[in-house]
This record gives sequence, structure tokens and C-alpha cells, in this order.
Amino acid sequence: MKKNLITAVLMTLATTVLLGIIYPLVVTGLAQVLFPRKANGQLLEANGRIIGSRIIGQAFTGPNYFHSRPSVAGYGYQADNSNGSQLGPTNHQLIERVKADTATLHAENPRVPVPIDLVTTSASGLDPEISPAAAAFQLPRVAKARGISEDELKGVVARHTQSRQLGFLGEPRVNVLELNLDLDRIFPVVKR
Amino acid sequence: MTANGWFQILLFLALIFAVTKPLGVFMARVFSRERTFMDPVLRPVERLLYRVTGVDENHEMRWTEYATSMLLFSVVSMLLLYLIQRVQGFLPFNPQKFGAVTPTHLAFNTAASFTTNTNWQAYAGETTMSYFTQMAGLAYHNFASAATGIVLAIAFIRGIARRQMETIGNFWVDFVRCCLWVLLPFCVVGALFLVSQGVVQNLKPYDKATLVEPQQVQRMGSDGKPVVGPDGKPVMDTVTEQTIAQGPVASQEIIKEFGTNGGGFFNANSAHPFENPTPLTNLAELFCIFAIGGGLTYTLGRMTGSQRHGWAVWSAMAILFLTGVTVAYWAEARGNPLLAGVDQHASALQSGGNMEGKEVRFGIANSALFATVTTDASCGAINGWHDSYTPLGGMVPLVNIMLSEVIFGGVGSGMYGILIYIVLAVFIAGLMVGRTPEYLGKKIEAYDVKMAMLVALIFPLVILVFTSISSVKGFGTSAITNGGPHGLTQVLYAFVSGAGNNGSAFGGLSANTLWYNTTIGITMLAGRFLMIIPMLGIAGNLARKKYVPPSLGTFPVTTPLFTMLLISVIIIVGALTFFPALSLGPILEHLLMGAGKTF
Repeated sequence: MKKNLITAVLMTLATTVLLGIIYPLVVTGLAQVLFPRKANGQLLEANGRIIGSRIIGQAFTGPNYFHSRPSVAGYGYQADNSNGSQLGPTNHQLIERVKADTATLHAENPRVPVPIDLVTTSASGLDPEISPAAAAFQLPRVAKARGISEDELKGVVARHTQSRQLGFLGEPRVNVLELNLDLDRIFPVVKR
Repeated sequence: MTANGWFQILLFLALIFAVTKPLGVFMARVFSRERTFMDPVLRPVERLLYRVTGVDENHEMRWTEYATSMLLFSVVSMLLLYLIQRVQGFLPFNPQKFGAVTPTHLAFNTAASFTTNTNWQAYAGETTMSYFTQMAGLAYHNFASAATGIVLAIAFIRGIARRQMETIGNFWVDFVRCCLWVLLPFCVVGALFLVSQGVVQNLKPYDKATLVEPQQVQRMGSDGKPVVGPDGKPVMDTVTEQTIAQGPVASQEIIKEFGTNGGGFFNANSAHPFENPTPLTNLAELFCIFAIGGGLTYTLGRMTGSQRHGWAVWSAMAILFLTGVTVAYWAEARGNPLLAGVDQHASALQSGGNMEGKEVRFGIANSALFATVTTDASCGAINGWHDSYTPLGGMVPLVNIMLSEVIFGGVGSGMYGILIYIVLAVFIAGLMVGRTPEYLGKKIEAYDVKMAMLVALIFPLVILVFTSISSVKGFGTSAITNGGPHGLTQVLYAFVSGAGNNGSAFGGLSANTLWYNTTIGITMLAGRFLMIIPMLGIAGNLARKKYVPPSLGTFPVTTPLFTMLLISVIIIVGALTFFPALSLGPILEHLLMGAGKTF
């Protein structure tokens, strides 16, 4: 018993050093050498400033931008406070929120039904992507706000539409931040 | 449901089938101390560890000493984790300058949680834990508790395989070999693979990004309510920055899945883009969750000399897995009938279905698959919030844990869990033909069945007592955030998850309170250690027995008939215990949802 207690203490300390300190530091070192961009969060920069991460969503509200999904990470897309709504399927708050958002979106584009991902919060609250259906739904608004034709805009959206990984994994999706950055580059909004 | 969705699910099962034999053979070799190709590197490290810790690698332990060593190690390492959390403010690798984890009952809950392989999290990682605590405290326990589980399963298998022996191995030797051979090399490679896909791995402070479009947000008061100005309108703030949490995530992510721990580096767990950025990382994480559980069925067959028995057990697990994932996928793909005017149909342009609390890159198929897998095993990682699943979709994870997570199962715990069910299954078969039951040449007698029943009864006892108290007393009900039957499910899920050492949650429950932190902490410890001790008792008792050659009256444990009997016993013992609770929670909610009722 006593011998095993001493071993328990020493084993805890020795393996903590090996698995809790040496292992993660070695992996960090290797990751920083082999995949520095990925290991640091795929940060995007403009004019020497960080303007976001390629794989962390941001909120957009202006009509000239494609909007991300609703988020409850902090005040919305707070990337140090990830969370989902945790609303159950029969919770009246969920039903009312979706109803209100759907009405707003329907007024903006009455031609097609509202895609589900555009009115539901993501699990992380940081979902960088929307479905191609959600991008297509917003196309008329963005085209109008930027004063360009829908066909011109369709081409840009198509370039930012990722198909399933390796052809069959996951779901097709559109990265909102990258798409919006590209829009600002190609079709800058004329400031009056 | 789509053809592509089913293809992804079946591809996943095919990968698990493919890894079962190689990993099973490898583990059998490691624990039988046979040579492996990694010996030239790892043997010196192993010897060094024995020298430092005073372990005699030729010493063999009776089941009582094995259990004592395991308990001592768990107590000591749990105390260290508690201590690290409390003093993290003075330790290195803390760029966000987080102070001690408070209150003390949260630190206790977390220490119990990670020691028992549960990884229930009443905290949010990115706002609470320093990088040091994440690495040396939490990720370390991901290794330690996983290795502990695996070696206990190996000890049980030895108990079956050995004849007229008093000992079942050496806990310290098994533990060290498990960490060095089975877990560590795979994790180094796996972590780097995850980084190559975009899982972050750094030690830098959180980054500040300038938003592309500044946002107006409501100012929140300290009471969590919006601040209202003198004109009666909410006060708005302009936000121009986004703080991006970072950290050594990949090294923790890989062992979190491979060791079926499930504790996320971030609050959003495997839904967070930095933990699970692509569909390929999602598949890799799913694969890691089932790999060891699948492999151990082969190890069981190999070490007991009945490979077909190993596959019979594997088949039972695969059938139960497919049943669960079918229900979850069907329920989630149907969507929520209460959301009118929204397009929930699957098409080439969207996955459709119930997308509340799910990520676009995973869609419905990969979310339903993840929820099923993480609870078949005792993992508890999530890539979508179970609380926001449809009633039946959310019932699948709940039932999976209620079945004691034996569907491939937690690393080790799934194997010894299903061995308990196997003991009960051969006992019932024995009753039917009126003979003393036998299992792989060992007579199953009164002591073994009593211990197995003890395991089967402790589990619901802990869960139902605490759930009942929590659902009638104010300190329990005040944590409920979804009304109606869903509220009961939130509470029930918490204790089921704790006792099953799963760690996933109906996350809306405000469980960071004195009552829940304490009772769930106790539940997790009971769910782990009160199960292990009777289980090791059976192992020790079996090891002592003589070998009885199979006769005409022996119920064969290698046939489809055995597989079906095993499934029946799992469902009867596991699910029927909880049927009344289920009918008041998810089943009732499903019926009321169909009737258009909200809460």
C-alpha cells in the first residue's frame, strides 16, 4: 500500500512532465515549423493589421454584404466566447425568433423560401460558412446594394463555393468572410 | 436523409471495421509484452519511468492490489489537477492572465470529471483555463484516464484467459505501456494531421482582429440584461474588434477523441472551427473515438483464444450503432415541424433539417453521426448541441449512454462494460437450458453474477435518485432553461452523462452551481469507481478458476444467436430501467411537438 502510494505520486509527476508538458510543447514546435499558417489560426491581414481568421465567422449586417448565420457567441461572433443558443425544439423563444427572422428575410426576397441555416444559430456561434442556398437567397439584395447584375455576382459566389471535401465529405458551403472581402475588392461600394 | 449522407456513415463504419484487427493485434502484443517495431525508441523511456517511479516490472498483482494501485493513482492525480486549477494564476503559459478557477466546487467538479474520463465541463475553456492547465492538467488526464480504462479492460480479459492464477497483471506496467505504445505515438502523428487541416497549435495570446464591418450591439448590464437609456431605447455600442481565442488545441484534440475523453479546449468543443475545421477532421475525430473500442474486441478474441467471439461482440456493437444513427439521422433530417415558412428540405444547395445548434460544414448527416458516436462511446465531445436536437434525435445520445456506453464504448470502459453484459447474457442462457453457465471455458457462478448485477444496479440508482431530487427542489429546477418535458430531459441527461462518464450535455442547463457541481461530481466518481471495483472482483475470481472444456451443453458465444441474445440483454437491462423517465422526457416532448405545442 505504502509503496504503491509512493509510486502513485511519482508516476503522476513523471507522466505529467512527459504527457502534459513535453508532448504538447514538442507538437507545438513541430506544428509551428511544418504548418505555421494553419497552426496560428489562418489569420487574414490587410494594411498590416489582422482583420480576422479565414475559418472564424464575423457578423455582417449591411445590405451590401452577404450575412453570416445568427450567432449567440457573446454578443455575436465573439471568438473568445463560443456557444450555441441551447434552445430546445419546443422552446417558444426559438420558434418566435425564427418566425421574426423569417419574416424579415422573406420581405427582402419573396421569391424563394428562406433556407434553414440562415435563421438558425450555429453550434459554435462562429460558423464561418453558409449553405449555397443561403448565399443564393441573399444574392438579389447584395447585387442591388452594390449596383451590379445578379449574374456578375453569381460568378463570384460560385468561386467561393466549396464542394464536399474530397468530393463526398461534409456539405457544400460558402465562406462568408472571404466572399465579402472579395466583393469589396472587385465591386467596391462607391462612397458618396 | 440523402444517399451521400448514408455513404458517409457507412464509410465511417467500414474504417472502424478495417482498423479493428491491426489495432487489436497491436494492443494484444503491447500488453503481452511482446516485441513491437517501436521498442528501440520506447523501451528506454519505459525503463527510465520504472526507475524514477520505483516500479518492479516483473511483479504481478492480485485484483485487490491492482484495484488499490489504480485508486491511489486516481486520487493523487485528481488532487494534482485540483491544485493546478487553483494556482494557475502563478504558473507559466498563461498569456490571458486567468486567475484561479473559482468557485472551489467548480474546480472539484472539473478534477473529478477529467479523472473519471467524463470531461463534463461546467466551465468554458477559453474564458477559464490557462494554457498550462489545459496541457498539464486537462490534456494530461485525457491520457491518464484513457490509459486507466484500457488497462482495466486488459486486466479483465486476462482474468478470463488465465487459469488457476491469483494475479491479473501489474497496473503500473500496463499503464506505462498503454501511454507509451498505444496513445502517445498515435497522438503525435494525429495532432500534426489535425494542424495540417487547420486545428490551431500555439501558445500565443488571443489575437485582436479589426472587423471588416463594425457592428452595433446592445450594451449588457452586469445582471445580463440589456441596458436601457433615458429615452427608453436600448443603449448600443459599436464593436470594431474581434478577439480570437488561441491555444495548444491540436495536441489536446487528438487525445480527447482517441481516449474518448471529450472535453473541449473551447466551450463549443468539436463544433468550434479551431477544434474541427473541416469535414475531414470530423471524420478523423469520429474514427479516433471508435478506434480503440473496436480494436479491443479483437484483443479480447486474441487474448482469450476465440477470435470469432471477438467478432460476435463487434457485430452486436455495430448493429446497435446502426440502429442509433438511423433514428438520429432520420429525426434530425425531418427538421422541426414548428418552424413554418422555412425551407428544411435537403437539396444540392443545403443539407436542410434541424440546423439549430449545428454547423454548415457538417450538415445533418455528420452531426447526427457525431452525436451517436460520441455517446456510443463514452466520449462526450460534440459537434452540435444535443439540447437543440429534435426530441427523438436528442433521445438517441441519451439512450446510448443509458445502455452504459458499450457500443464500441469508452476506451476500456466499453469493453469491461460489455463483458458485464456478456456475463449476464450467458447466465440467462444458462437458466434457459438449466445448466451452470460457462464463458470461454470458465464457469460463471453466483459471485460473478452478483457482482455483475451490482454494476448494473449502481448506475440507474445514482442517476434516478439525483434526477428525482433535482426535478422537484428549487436548487435543481432553477438551472433548467428549456420548459416542458425538455426541462426534465436536461436534468436527466446531466446525471446520465455524469454516471456514464460521458461528459456531453444538454448544454442549456446552468449546471455551474453548488448543487450540480457537487452531485454531478459525486455521480461521476461513483459511475467510474463503483463500477470498476466489482468488475475487477469478477476478473480476479475468473482468473482463479479451472478451465472447463466446452461440452454439448455449452452455449456457444461465437454465433449470431449469441449476438442477438447479447443485444437483447443490453436493451432489456439498459433501456427498460429508464423507460419511465424517457416517456416523461423526450417521448412526451415528441408527441407534444407533433401537436404544435411550445413552452
